[in-house]
Amino acid sequence: MSEPLTGLYLIVGAALFALGLYGLIASAHILRKIIALNVMANGVFLVFVATAARVSADAPDPVPHAMVLTGIVVAVCATGLALVLADRVRATPPGTDDGEHGRWT
Amino acid sequence: MIRKLFVGAAASALFGLLAWSLYHLPAHPAGLTVQAHAALPRSGVSHPVTAVLLNYRGYDTLLEIAVLLLAVVGVWSLRAMPAGGPEARGAPILGALLRLIVPSLLLVGGYMLWIGAFAPGGAFQGGALLGGALVLLLLGGLGGALLRHIGLLRVALSAGLLVFIAVGALSMAVTGTLLQYPEGLAGTLILVIESAAMVSIGLTLGAMFHGGRPVRAEGAGDDE
Repeated sequence: MSEPLTGLYLIVGAALFALGLYGLIASAHILRKIIALNVMANGVFLVFVATAARVSADAPDPVPHAMVLTGIVVAVCATGLALVLADRVRATPPGTDDGEHGRWT
Repeated sequence: MIRKLFVGAAASALFGLLAWSLYHLPAHPAGLTVQAHAALPRSGVSHPVTAVLLNYRGYDTLLEIAVLLLAVVGVWSLRAMPAGGPEARGAPILGALLRLIVPSLLLVGGYMLWIGAFAPGGAFQGGALLGGALVLLLLGGLGGALLRHIGLLRVALSAGLLVFIAVGALSMAVTGTLLQYPEGLAGTLILVIESAAMVSIGLTLGAMFHGGRPVRAEGAGDDE
């Protein structure tokens, strides 16, 4: 059993989630917010994979693995969409109705 | 500044709470390993993760493939992006390298798809390799030719979802339950779904990297 190491992964996952949440709220730049969201998501993935290994070190639980697998691809696509939306916010001139909701500095 | 301190304190408190609760999780949870392995002989594949993805939780994966397609639709609706013509070719060494790397990536992607039935691998891993090959092609200025066949691209992007839905509907017609594969056909149907899904996933990742609806590089098509 690799119990201590699994525990470390769980704690690091929680730390990534909290760090990402800090970045999401504390930074004003949209790009930083998107990166922070990704850090949060990776924290969740790490916790998921670690909990799968806790069931049995030899035969980890396949259900969390499958969910993380699809989750990674979905996260990449969500990030791509977020980046294009962010670019749209940047391209919208300030003063227009749309331009007041986002800040790009 | 005060705001950042406050957010920092709140995030630290959340970390403490999460770490505490994760630390106090039951030491030996039951999980779903036993159930997943018990049903494996009937699932059509011999690797539990693939069985979960395409059989036990097939509906979940179907919706995730739909999310991928929606993401591309979203990106394409927001922005048009010139698909580089011949003038966008990159450095010659990069081009020569790509001619070596891209075919091997495609080969390994196909291998990943096939091995998914017995070992770690499958549509998502193969699709990621396919997406990587597309990203390299786009960086090298060679991907434009691929993206400009917009009709074909649309078909290939939605193939994963359409095939998945078709198999789900057909299996419903035979067995009465959505995505409940007929006995003995599960392995074949999973491979059919995964092949289509891999192409769609790879192209989706490439299209996301391109970052917009491909239009001819010569301009004219840049409508907002």
